[in-house]
Amino acid sequence: MRAFSYERAGSPQEAAAAAAAHEGAQFIAGGTNLLDLMKLEIETPSHLIDVNGLGLDTIEATAEGGLRIGALVRNTDLAADQRVRRDYGVLSRALVAGASGQLRNKATTGGNLLQRTRCPYFYDTNMSCNKREPGSGCAAQGGYSRQLAVIGGSEACIATHPSDMAIAMRVLDAVVETVNAEGDTRAIPLADFHLLPGDTPHIETVLAPDEFITAVVLPRPLGGQHFYHKVRDRASYAFALVSVAAVIQPDGSGRIALGGVAPKPWRNEAAEAAMPNGARAVISRLFEGATPTEDNEFKVTLAERTLAAVLAEARG
Amino acid sequence: MSKLSDFEITRRNLLIGSATTTASLALPKFSFAQEKNTGQASSVTTIPNSAMTEVGFTVNGEARKLTADNRLTLLDALRESLQLSGTKKGCDHGQCGACTVMVNGRRINSCLSLAVMHEGDEITTIEGLGTPEGLDPMQVAFIEHDGYQCGYCTPGQICSAKATLEEIRAGIPSHVTEDITGEIQITSAEIRERMSGNLCRCGAYANILDAIEHVAEDKA
Repeated sequence: MRAFSYERAGSPQEAAAAAAAHEGAQFIAGGTNLLDLMKLEIETPSHLIDVNGLGLDTIEATAEGGLRIGALVRNTDLAADQRVRRDYGVLSRALVAGASGQLRNKATTGGNLLQRTRCPYFYDTNMSCNKREPGSGCAAQGGYSRQLAVIGGSEACIATHPSDMAIAMRVLDAVVETVNAEGDTRAIPLADFHLLPGDTPHIETVLAPDEFITAVVLPRPLGGQHFYHKVRDRASYAFALVSVAAVIQPDGSGRIALGGVAPKPWRNEAAEAAMPNGARAVISRLFEGATPTEDNEFKVTLAERTLAAVLAEARG
Repeated sequence: MSKLSDFEITRRNLLIGSATTTASLALPKFSFAQEKNTGQASSVTTIPNSAMTEVGFTVNGEARKLTADNRLTLLDALRESLQLSGTKKGCDHGQCGACTVMVNGRRINSCLSLAVMHEGDEITTIEGLGTPEGLDPMQVAFIEHDGYQCGYCTPGQICSAKATLEEIRAGIPSHVTEDITGEIQITSAEIRERMSGNLCRCGAYANILDAIEHVAEDKA
Protein backbone atom coordinates (compact mmCIF):
# COMPACT_ATOMS: atom_id res chain seq x y z
CA MET A 1 0.00 0.00 0.00
CA ARG A 2 1.30 3.46 -0.86
CA ALA A 3 1.77 6.05 1.88
CA PHE A 4 -0.92 8.68 2.34
CA SER A 5 -1.79 11.46 4.75
CA TYR A 6 -4.97 11.15 6.78
CA GLU A 7 -7.52 13.41 8.39
CA ARG A 8 -10.84 13.09 10.15
CA ALA A 9 -13.43 15.43 8.70
CA GLY A 10 -15.68 17.45 11.05
CA SER A 11 -18.61 18.15 8.72
CA PRO A 12 -19.80 17.11 5.24
CA GLN A 13 -18.76 20.46 3.75
CA GLU A 14 -15.39 20.24 5.52
CA ALA A 15 -14.92 16.82 3.98
CA ALA A 16 -15.72 18.22 0.54
CA ALA A 17 -13.36 21.16 1.11
CA ALA A 18 -10.57 18.78 2.14
CA ALA A 19 -11.10 16.86 -1.09
CA ALA A 20 -10.83 20.12 -3.05
CA ALA A 21 -7.64 21.07 -1.19
CA HIS A 22 -5.73 17.79 -1.77
CA GLU A 23 -5.13 16.45 -5.23
CA GLY A 24 -5.51 12.68 -5.18
CA ALA A 25 -7.66 12.72 -2.04
CA GLN A 26 -10.40 10.19 -1.43
CA PHE A 27 -13.12 9.86 1.17
CA ILE A 28 -13.06 6.72 3.29
CA ALA A 29 -16.17 5.43 5.06
CA GLY A 30 -16.52 1.64 5.49
CA GLY A 31 -13.32 1.15 3.52
CA THR A 32 -14.29 -2.40 2.56
CA ASN A 33 -13.69 -1.83 -1.16
CA LEU A 34 -11.21 1.06 -1.09
CA LEU A 35 -8.71 -0.63 1.28
CA ASP A 36 -8.84 -3.84 -0.74
CA LEU A 37 -7.93 -1.83 -3.85
CA MET A 38 -5.27 0.19 -2.02
CA LYS A 39 -3.51 -2.99 -0.92
CA LEU A 40 -3.35 -4.01 -4.57
CA GLU A 41 -2.23 -0.46 -5.53
CA ILE A 42 -5.16 -0.20 -7.91
CA GLU A 43 -6.28 2.78 -5.83
CA THR A 44 -3.42 5.04 -4.73
CA PRO A 45 -4.89 8.03 -2.89
CA SER A 46 -2.34 10.52 -1.54
CA HIS A 47 -4.74 11.67 1.18
CA LEU A 48 -7.63 9.96 2.95
CA ILE A 49 -10.52 11.90 4.45
CA ASP A 50 -12.18 9.77 7.13
CA VAL A 51 -15.89 10.65 7.13
CA ASN A 52 -16.98 8.15 9.77
CA GLY A 53 -17.35 10.84 12.43
CA LEU A 54 -19.90 12.90 10.48
CA GLY A 55 -23.10 11.34 11.79
CA LEU A 56 -25.25 10.96 8.64
CA ASP A 57 -26.15 7.56 10.09
CA THR A 58 -29.89 7.95 10.55
CA ILE A 59 -32.90 7.12 8.39
CA GLU A 60 -35.56 9.82 8.56
CA ALA A 61 -39.05 10.22 7.14
CA THR A 62 -39.32 12.94 4.48
CA ALA A 63 -42.18 15.42 4.15
CA GLU A 64 -43.09 13.68 0.87
CA GLY A 65 -43.74 10.37 2.63
CA GLY A 66 -40.43 8.75 1.70
CA LEU A 67 -37.17 8.12 3.56
CA ARG A 68 -33.89 10.03 3.68
CA ILE A 69 -31.06 7.54 4.28
CA GLY A 70 -27.88 9.10 5.65
CA ALA A 71 -24.81 8.32 3.54
CA LEU A 72 -23.12 6.59 6.48
CA VAL A 73 -26.00 4.25 7.36
CA ARG A 74 -24.40 0.80 7.29
CA ASN A 75 -25.81 -1.83 4.94
CA THR A 76 -26.85 -4.00 7.92
CA ASP A 77 -28.82 -1.17 9.52
CA LEU A 78 -30.50 -0.16 6.28
CA ALA A 79 -31.56 -3.76 5.57
CA ALA A 80 -32.86 -4.16 9.14
CA ASP A 81 -34.81 -0.89 9.34
CA GLN A 82 -38.49 -1.75 9.97
CA ARG A 83 -39.76 0.87 7.48
CA VAL A 84 -37.44 -0.40 4.77
CA ARG A 85 -38.48 -4.00 5.40
CA ARG A 86 -42.17 -3.08 5.31
CA ASP A 87 -42.31 -0.48 2.52
CA TYR A 88 -39.15 -1.03 0.43
CA GLY A 89 -38.69 -4.81 0.68
CA VAL A 90 -36.78 -4.92 -2.60
CA LEU A 91 -34.05 -2.79 -1.00
CA SER A 92 -33.80 -4.87 2.16
CA ARG A 93 -33.65 -8.05 0.04
CA ALA A 94 -30.97 -6.63 -2.24
CA LEU A 95 -28.79 -5.57 0.69
CA VAL A 96 -28.82 -8.96 2.40
CA ALA A 97 -28.09 -10.65 -0.95
CA GLY A 98 -24.75 -8.83 -1.09
CA ALA A 99 -21.37 -9.45 0.57
CA SER A 100 -21.01 -11.09 4.02
CA GLY A 101 -22.30 -10.19 7.47
CA GLN A 102 -18.94 -8.67 8.41
CA LEU A 103 -18.80 -6.51 5.29
CA ARG A 104 -22.41 -5.33 5.58
CA ASN A 105 -21.66 -4.16 9.12
CA LYS A 106 -19.03 -1.75 7.73
CA ALA A 107 -20.17 -0.90 4.21
CA THR A 108 -22.12 2.34 3.91
CA THR A 109 -24.97 3.56 1.72
CA GLY A 110 -22.83 6.17 -0.03
CA GLY A 111 -19.84 3.88 -0.41
CA ASN A 112 -21.92 1.06 -1.85
CA LEU A 113 -22.96 3.31 -4.76
CA LEU A 114 -19.30 4.17 -5.41
CA GLN A 115 -17.81 0.69 -5.26
CA ARG A 116 -15.63 -0.31 -8.18
CA THR A 117 -16.16 -3.17 -10.61
CA ARG A 118 -14.92 -6.69 -9.87
CA CYS A 119 -13.83 -7.23 -13.49
CA PRO A 120 -10.81 -9.57 -13.22
CA TYR A 121 -8.83 -7.42 -15.66
CA PHE A 122 -9.40 -4.33 -13.50
CA TYR A 123 -7.99 -6.27 -10.55
CA ASP A 124 -4.99 -7.76 -12.37
CA THR A 125 -2.38 -5.00 -12.63
CA ASN A 126 -0.45 -7.02 -15.22
CA MET A 127 -3.36 -6.61 -17.63
CA SER A 128 -4.40 -3.58 -19.63
CA CYS A 129 -7.50 -1.84 -18.31
CA ASN A 130 -8.86 1.52 -19.44
CA LYS A 131 -10.66 1.96 -16.13
CA ARG A 132 -7.52 1.45 -14.04
CA GLU A 133 -5.08 3.02 -16.50
CA PRO A 134 -6.87 5.19 -19.09
CA GLY A 135 -5.67 4.56 -22.63
CA SER A 136 -4.02 1.21 -21.87
CA GLY A 137 -6.71 -0.87 -23.59
CA CYS A 138 -9.26 -3.44 -22.45
CA ALA A 139 -7.95 -6.95 -21.91
CA ALA A 140 -11.52 -8.15 -21.29
CA GLN A 141 -12.31 -7.70 -25.01
CA GLY A 142 -11.55 -11.14 -26.38
CA GLY A 143 -10.64 -12.27 -22.88
CA TYR A 144 -12.55 -14.22 -20.27
CA SER A 145 -15.81 -12.30 -20.06
CA ARG A 146 -18.31 -14.65 -18.43
CA GLN A 147 -18.98 -12.20 -15.55
CA LEU A 148 -18.97 -9.06 -17.68
CA ALA A 149 -21.50 -6.73 -19.27
CA VAL A 150 -23.81 -7.73 -22.10
CA ILE A 151 -25.21 -4.24 -22.61
CA GLY A 152 -24.14 -0.64 -21.96
CA GLY A 153 -20.44 -1.39 -22.41
CA SER A 154 -18.13 0.02 -25.08
CA GLU A 155 -15.01 -0.94 -27.01
CA ALA A 156 -13.09 0.60 -24.11
CA CYS A 157 -14.76 -1.29 -21.26
CA ILE A 158 -17.29 -4.07 -20.58
CA ALA A 159 -17.11 -4.06 -16.77
CA THR A 160 -20.30 -4.41 -14.71
CA HIS A 161 -21.35 -2.43 -11.67
CA PRO A 162 -21.20 -4.86 -8.74
CA SER A 163 -23.78 -3.34 -6.37
CA ASP A 164 -26.99 -5.12 -5.39
CA MET A 165 -28.23 -2.17 -3.34
CA ALA A 166 -28.06 0.20 -6.31
CA ILE A 167 -30.25 -2.09 -8.45
CA ALA A 168 -33.04 -1.92 -5.88
CA MET A 169 -32.59 1.83 -5.45
CA ARG A 170 -32.87 2.27 -9.22
CA VAL A 171 -36.21 0.48 -9.26
CA LEU A 172 -37.35 2.74 -6.41
CA ASP A 173 -36.28 5.93 -8.28
CA ALA A 174 -33.90 6.93 -5.48
CA VAL A 175 -32.20 10.33 -5.50
CA VAL A 176 -28.60 10.95 -4.38
CA GLU A 177 -27.98 14.13 -2.37
CA THR A 178 -24.54 15.77 -2.30
CA VAL A 179 -22.65 18.78 -0.99
CA ASN A 180 -19.48 20.35 -2.43
CA ALA A 181 -16.62 22.43 -1.04
CA GLU A 182 -18.61 25.67 -1.45
CA GLY A 183 -21.53 24.21 0.46
CA ASP A 184 -23.69 23.90 -2.68
CA THR A 185 -26.03 20.94 -2.58
CA ARG A 186 -27.64 19.01 -5.40
CA ALA A 187 -30.02 16.11 -5.86
CA ILE A 188 -29.10 13.58 -8.57
CA PRO A 189 -31.62 10.92 -9.66
CA LEU A 190 -29.88 7.55 -9.39
CA ALA A 191 -30.79 6.99 -13.06
CA ASP A 192 -28.34 9.80 -13.95
CA PHE A 193 -25.74 9.09 -11.25
CA HIS A 194 -23.66 6.32 -12.87
CA LEU A 195 -22.13 6.90 -16.30
CA LEU A 196 -21.76 4.42 -19.13
CA PRO A 197 -18.10 3.86 -20.00
CA GLY A 198 -17.96 5.25 -23.55
CA ASP A 199 -14.38 6.37 -24.18
CA THR A 200 -13.81 7.29 -20.50
CA PRO A 201 -14.51 4.20 -18.38
CA HIS A 202 -12.42 5.63 -15.52
CA ILE A 203 -15.15 8.28 -14.98
CA GLU A 204 -17.89 6.27 -13.32
CA THR A 205 -20.28 8.84 -11.85
CA VAL A 206 -21.34 12.45 -12.38
CA LEU A 207 -19.79 13.47 -9.03
CA ALA A 208 -17.19 16.26 -9.05
CA PRO A 209 -13.93 15.46 -7.20
CA ASP A 210 -14.99 17.68 -4.29
CA GLU A 211 -18.57 16.43 -4.17
CA PHE A 212 -19.58 14.38 -1.15
CA ILE A 213 -22.69 12.16 -0.90
CA THR A 214 -24.74 13.09 2.17
CA ALA A 215 -27.87 10.99 1.69
CA VAL A 216 -30.00 8.84 -0.59
CA VAL A 217 -33.69 9.74 -0.69
CA LEU A 218 -36.42 7.21 -1.44
CA PRO A 219 -39.72 8.57 -2.79
CA ARG A 220 -42.96 7.49 -1.10
CA PRO A 221 -43.58 3.73 -1.07
CA LEU A 222 -44.89 2.09 -4.26
CA GLY A 223 -46.86 -0.68 -2.60
CA GLY A 224 -47.03 -3.90 -4.61
CA GLN A 225 -44.93 -7.01 -4.19
CA HIS A 226 -41.17 -6.61 -3.86
CA PHE A 227 -38.59 -9.05 -5.24
CA TYR A 228 -34.84 -9.24 -5.49
CA HIS A 229 -33.76 -12.45 -7.21
CA LYS A 230 -30.02 -12.89 -7.50
CA VAL A 231 -28.43 -15.70 -9.49
CA ARG A 232 -24.79 -16.41 -8.72
CA ASP A 233 -22.18 -19.17 -8.78
CA ARG A 234 -22.44 -19.81 -5.01
CA ALA A 235 -25.51 -19.78 -2.78
CA SER A 236 -24.04 -16.94 -0.71
CA TYR A 237 -21.28 -14.35 -0.73
CA ALA A 238 -20.78 -13.99 -4.49
CA PHE A 239 -21.45 -11.29 -7.06
CA ALA A 240 -24.45 -11.59 -9.33
CA LEU A 241 -24.36 -13.21 -12.72
CA VAL A 242 -27.83 -11.73 -13.12
CA SER A 243 -30.13 -10.11 -10.60
CA VAL A 244 -33.69 -8.89 -10.99
CA ALA A 245 -35.12 -6.18 -8.75
CA ALA A 246 -38.85 -5.86 -9.21
CA VAL A 247 -41.90 -4.17 -7.75
CA ILE A 248 -45.05 -5.77 -9.16
CA GLN A 249 -48.54 -4.30 -8.72
CA PRO A 250 -51.73 -6.39 -8.41
CA ASP A 251 -52.76 -5.46 -11.99
CA GLY A 252 -49.52 -6.95 -13.35
CA SER A 253 -47.84 -3.62 -14.05
CA GLY A 254 -44.60 -2.80 -12.30
CA ARG A 255 -40.95 -1.89 -12.42
CA ILE A 256 -37.87 -3.95 -13.27
CA ALA A 257 -34.14 -3.26 -12.95
CA LEU A 258 -31.36 -5.72 -13.72
CA GLY A 259 -27.99 -6.19 -12.04
CA GLY A 260 -24.91 -8.07 -13.20
CA VAL A 261 -25.45 -7.27 -16.87
CA ALA A 262 -24.36 -3.65 -17.37
CA PRO A 263 -22.00 -0.92 -16.12
CA LYS A 264 -24.89 0.60 -14.14
CA PRO A 265 -28.25 -0.56 -12.77
CA TRP A 266 -30.09 -1.49 -15.97
CA ARG A 267 -33.64 -0.22 -16.28
CA ASN A 268 -35.72 0.94 -19.19
CA GLU A 269 -39.13 2.33 -18.31
CA ALA A 270 -40.38 1.66 -21.86
CA ALA A 271 -39.67 -2.06 -21.42
CA GLU A 272 -41.89 -2.13 -18.35
CA ALA A 273 -44.91 -1.39 -20.55
CA ALA A 274 -44.40 -4.88 -22.00
CA MET A 275 -44.89 -6.59 -18.63
CA PRO A 276 -48.41 -7.88 -19.40
CA ASN A 277 -46.83 -9.73 -22.37
CA GLY A 278 -44.46 -11.68 -20.14
CA ALA A 279 -40.77 -11.98 -19.39
CA ARG A 280 -39.56 -12.55 -22.95
CA ALA A 281 -41.20 -9.34 -24.19
CA VAL A 282 -39.72 -7.29 -21.32
CA ILE A 283 -36.24 -8.77 -21.67
CA SER A 284 -36.10 -8.31 -25.44
CA ARG A 285 -36.87 -4.61 -24.93
CA LEU A 286 -34.37 -4.30 -22.04
CA PHE A 287 -31.59 -5.88 -24.09
CA GLU A 288 -32.17 -3.99 -27.34
CA GLY A 289 -28.72 -3.24 -28.75
CA ALA A 290 -27.01 -5.75 -26.45
CA THR A 291 -23.56 -6.96 -27.50
CA PRO A 292 -22.92 -10.11 -25.48
CA THR A 293 -19.75 -12.14 -25.91
CA GLU A 294 -19.62 -15.86 -26.49
CA ASP A 295 -18.78 -16.25 -22.76
CA ASN A 296 -21.70 -14.23 -21.40
CA GLU A 297 -24.55 -14.49 -23.90
CA PHE A 298 -26.13 -16.94 -21.42
CA LYS A 299 -26.96 -13.91 -19.27
CA VAL A 300 -29.73 -12.82 -21.66
CA THR A 301 -31.49 -16.18 -21.31
CA LEU A 302 -30.77 -16.27 -17.59
CA ALA A 303 -32.28 -12.79 -17.12
CA GLU A 304 -35.41 -13.84 -19.00
CA ARG A 305 -35.83 -16.97 -16.88
CA THR A 306 -35.14 -15.12 -13.64
CA LEU A 307 -37.73 -12.49 -14.53
CA ALA A 308 -40.19 -15.25 -15.53
CA ALA A 309 -39.70 -16.80 -12.06
CA VAL A 310 -40.36 -13.43 -10.42
CA LEU A 311 -43.53 -12.86 -12.47
CA ALA A 312 -44.76 -16.38 -11.69
CA GLU A 313 -44.16 -15.82 -7.98
CA ALA A 314 -46.00 -12.50 -8.16
CA ARG A 315 -49.04 -14.20 -9.70
CA GLY A 316 -48.93 -16.62 -6.74
CA MET B 1 40.16 -6.63 2.68
CA SER B 2 37.20 -6.22 0.42
CA LYS B 3 35.48 -8.93 2.39
CA LEU B 4 35.99 -6.98 5.60
CA SER B 5 34.55 -3.74 4.18
CA ASP B 6 31.60 -5.65 2.82
CA PHE B 7 31.05 -6.95 6.30
CA GLU B 8 31.25 -3.45 7.78
CA ILE B 9 28.73 -2.09 5.32
CA THR B 10 26.42 -4.95 6.03
CA ARG B 11 26.85 -4.48 9.77
CA ARG B 12 26.21 -0.71 9.54
CA ASN B 13 23.08 -1.27 7.48
CA LEU B 14 21.96 -3.87 9.95
CA LEU B 15 22.42 -1.42 12.85
CA ILE B 16 20.53 1.34 11.03
CA GLY B 17 17.83 -1.17 10.25
CA SER B 18 17.62 -2.27 13.90
CA ALA B 19 17.39 1.31 15.18
CA THR B 20 14.57 2.04 12.77
CA THR B 21 12.73 -1.07 13.82
CA THR B 22 12.97 -0.13 17.51
CA ALA B 23 11.64 3.34 16.84
CA SER B 24 8.71 2.08 14.83
CA LEU B 25 7.05 -0.61 16.88
CA ALA B 26 3.66 0.39 15.59
CA LEU B 27 4.70 0.11 11.97
CA PRO B 28 3.79 -2.83 9.84
CA LYS B 29 6.51 -4.53 7.85
CA PHE B 30 5.40 -2.98 4.58
CA SER B 31 6.42 0.48 5.84
CA PHE B 32 9.89 -0.27 4.55
CA ALA B 33 8.68 -0.95 1.06
CA GLN B 34 8.34 2.77 0.35
CA GLU B 35 11.34 2.92 -1.93
CA LYS B 36 9.35 0.98 -4.52
CA ASN B 37 6.77 3.72 -4.63
CA THR B 38 8.88 6.83 -4.23
CA GLY B 39 11.72 5.71 -6.44
CA GLN B 40 14.26 6.56 -3.72
CA ALA B 41 17.48 4.58 -3.82
CA SER B 42 17.98 4.32 -0.05
CA SER B 43 17.05 0.99 1.49
CA VAL B 44 15.87 2.63 4.72
CA THR B 45 13.18 5.26 4.26
CA THR B 46 11.96 7.60 6.94
CA ILE B 47 8.19 7.75 7.32
CA PRO B 48 7.08 11.39 7.13
CA ASN B 49 5.06 12.64 10.10
CA SER B 50 2.12 13.27 7.80
CA ALA B 51 1.90 9.51 7.24
CA MET B 52 1.49 8.76 10.95
CA THR B 53 -1.54 9.36 13.19
CA GLU B 54 -2.19 8.93 16.89
CA VAL B 55 -5.11 6.72 17.75
CA GLY B 56 -6.58 5.37 20.98
CA PHE B 57 -9.08 2.54 21.45
CA THR B 58 -9.80 -0.20 23.94
CA VAL B 59 -8.98 -3.82 23.22
CA ASN B 60 -10.68 -6.38 25.44
CA GLY B 61 -11.42 -3.63 27.95
CA GLU B 62 -7.88 -2.28 28.08
CA ALA B 63 -7.11 1.24 26.79
CA ARG B 64 -4.40 1.20 24.11
CA LYS B 65 -2.65 4.08 22.34
CA LEU B 66 -0.64 3.93 19.15
CA THR B 67 1.17 6.27 16.84
CA ALA B 68 0.38 4.31 13.75
CA ASP B 69 1.50 4.42 10.15
CA ASN B 70 -1.74 5.43 8.43
CA ARG B 71 -1.54 2.24 6.38
CA LEU B 72 -1.62 -0.02 9.43
CA THR B 73 -4.75 -2.17 9.34
CA LEU B 74 -6.63 -2.91 12.53
CA LEU B 75 -5.59 -6.54 12.01
CA ASP B 76 -1.87 -5.69 11.90
CA ALA B 77 -2.26 -3.30 14.83
CA LEU B 78 -3.69 -6.15 16.92
CA ARG B 79 -1.20 -8.77 15.82
CA GLU B 80 2.02 -6.85 15.26
CA SER B 81 1.75 -3.76 17.48
CA LEU B 82 -0.24 -5.15 20.40
CA GLN B 83 0.96 -8.77 20.19
CA LEU B 84 -2.58 -10.13 20.19
CA SER B 85 -1.95 -12.88 17.69
CA GLY B 86 -5.22 -14.74 18.30
CA THR B 87 -6.83 -12.84 15.43
CA LYS B 88 -5.57 -14.45 12.22
CA LYS B 89 -4.54 -13.10 8.84
CA GLY B 90 -5.88 -15.29 6.06
CA CYS B 91 -6.49 -13.59 2.72
CA ASP B 92 -6.01 -9.98 3.97
CA HIS B 93 -8.75 -8.93 1.51
CA GLY B 94 -11.99 -9.47 3.42
CA GLN B 95 -12.81 -12.72 1.69
CA CYS B 96 -12.02 -15.39 4.30
CA GLY B 97 -13.16 -14.01 7.68
CA ALA B 98 -10.13 -15.28 9.66
CA CYS B 99 -9.56 -11.71 10.91
CA THR B 100 -13.11 -11.25 12.27
CA VAL B 101 -13.25 -9.19 15.49
CA MET B 102 -16.02 -7.29 17.26
CA VAL B 103 -15.95 -3.48 17.10
CA ASN B 104 -18.55 -1.72 19.25
CA GLY B 105 -20.49 -4.97 19.40
CA ARG B 106 -20.46 -5.62 15.62
CA ARG B 107 -18.35 -8.19 13.77
CA ILE B 108 -16.09 -6.79 11.06
CA ASN B 109 -13.12 -7.89 8.94
CA SER B 110 -10.21 -6.25 10.76
CA CYS B 111 -8.04 -6.56 7.62
CA LEU B 112 -10.27 -4.11 5.74
CA SER B 113 -10.16 -1.35 8.33
CA LEU B 114 -7.38 1.08 9.18
CA ALA B 115 -6.25 1.25 12.81
CA VAL B 116 -6.42 5.06 12.71
CA MET B 117 -10.14 4.85 11.88
CA HIS B 118 -10.92 3.34 15.29
CA GLU B 119 -10.44 6.29 17.61
CA GLY B 120 -12.51 5.65 20.76
CA ASP B 121 -13.79 2.26 19.59
CA GLU B 122 -14.25 -0.81 21.79
CA ILE B 123 -12.64 -3.82 20.19
CA THR B 124 -13.07 -7.42 21.33
CA THR B 125 -10.82 -10.16 19.98
CA ILE B 126 -10.81 -13.90 20.62
CA GLU B 127 -8.49 -13.20 23.60
CA GLY B 128 -11.29 -11.13 25.15
CA LEU B 129 -14.01 -13.75 24.79
CA GLY B 130 -12.68 -16.29 27.25
CA THR B 131 -9.59 -17.63 29.00
CA PRO B 132 -8.22 -21.19 29.10
CA GLU B 133 -9.78 -21.48 32.58
CA GLY B 134 -13.02 -19.70 31.73
CA LEU B 135 -13.97 -20.45 28.15
CA ASP B 136 -16.85 -18.75 26.40
CA PRO B 137 -19.75 -21.20 25.77
CA MET B 138 -19.08 -20.91 22.03
CA GLN B 139 -15.45 -21.92 22.58
CA VAL B 140 -16.59 -24.90 24.65
CA ALA B 141 -19.04 -25.90 21.91
CA PHE B 142 -16.36 -25.71 19.21
CA ILE B 143 -14.18 -28.05 21.29
CA GLU B 144 -17.03 -30.44 22.08
CA HIS B 145 -18.21 -30.62 18.48
CA ASP B 146 -14.74 -30.67 16.98
CA GLY B 147 -15.49 -27.49 15.03
CA TYR B 148 -12.03 -27.22 13.52
CA GLN B 149 -9.14 -29.19 12.14
CA CYS B 150 -6.03 -27.01 11.77
CA GLY B 151 -7.60 -24.25 13.87
CA TYR B 152 -6.41 -21.29 11.84
CA CYS B 153 -9.87 -19.98 10.95
CA THR B 154 -11.28 -20.80 14.41
CA PRO B 155 -10.89 -17.41 16.18
CA GLY B 156 -12.72 -15.74 13.30
CA GLN B 157 -15.32 -18.51 13.19
CA ILE B 158 -16.02 -18.15 16.92
CA CYS B 159 -16.30 -14.34 16.81
CA SER B 160 -18.59 -14.63 13.79
CA ALA B 161 -20.64 -17.43 15.36
CA LYS B 162 -21.37 -15.36 18.46
CA ALA B 163 -22.29 -12.36 16.30
CA THR B 164 -24.51 -14.53 14.08
CA LEU B 165 -26.69 -15.56 17.01
CA GLU B 166 -26.82 -11.98 18.29
CA GLU B 167 -27.82 -10.68 14.85
CA ILE B 168 -30.66 -13.21 14.57
CA ARG B 169 -31.88 -12.30 18.07
CA ALA B 170 -31.68 -8.59 17.15
CA GLY B 171 -34.03 -9.30 14.24
CA ILE B 172 -31.59 -8.46 11.46
CA PRO B 173 -32.83 -10.24 8.31
CA SER B 174 -30.69 -12.38 6.03
CA HIS B 175 -30.85 -13.60 2.44
CA VAL B 176 -32.66 -16.79 3.54
CA THR B 177 -35.20 -15.10 5.82
CA GLU B 178 -38.55 -15.94 4.20
CA ASP B 179 -40.64 -13.21 5.80
CA ILE B 180 -38.45 -10.17 6.35
CA THR B 181 -41.22 -8.37 8.24
CA GLY B 182 -41.74 -11.19 10.75
CA GLU B 183 -39.76 -12.67 13.62
CA ILE B 184 -36.63 -14.54 12.59
CA GLN B 185 -36.09 -18.11 13.79
CA ILE B 186 -32.66 -19.61 14.46
CA THR B 187 -32.45 -22.32 11.82
CA SER B 188 -29.50 -24.11 10.27
CA ALA B 189 -30.23 -22.28 7.01
CA GLU B 190 -30.01 -18.91 8.79
CA ILE B 191 -26.73 -19.89 10.49
CA ARG B 192 -25.17 -21.22 7.27
CA GLU B 193 -26.07 -18.08 5.31
CA ARG B 194 -24.79 -15.73 8.01
CA MET B 195 -21.53 -17.67 8.40
CA SER B 196 -20.75 -17.51 4.66
CA GLY B 197 -18.10 -14.85 5.23
CA ASN B 198 -15.96 -17.33 7.20
CA LEU B 199 -14.13 -19.93 5.16
CA CYS B 200 -12.65 -23.14 6.57
CA ARG B 201 -10.27 -24.81 4.15
CA CYS B 202 -10.18 -27.98 6.28
CA GLY B 203 -13.93 -28.20 5.69
CA ALA B 204 -15.11 -28.41 9.30
CA TYR B 205 -18.36 -26.69 8.37
CA ALA B 206 -20.71 -29.45 9.52
CA ASN B 207 -19.16 -29.49 13.00
CA ILE B 208 -19.02 -25.69 13.17
CA LEU B 209 -22.76 -25.65 12.44
CA ASP B 210 -23.35 -28.25 15.17
CA ALA B 211 -21.41 -26.15 17.67
CA ILE B 212 -23.38 -22.99 16.89
CA GLU B 213 -26.71 -24.82 17.00
CA HIS B 214 -25.73 -26.30 20.37
CA VAL B 215 -25.10 -22.83 21.83
CA ALA B 216 -28.32 -21.50 20.26
CA GLU B 217 -30.34 -24.32 21.85
CA ASP B 218 -28.69 -23.84 25.24
CA LYS B 219 -29.67 -20.17 25.26
CA ALA B 220 -33.17 -20.72 23.90
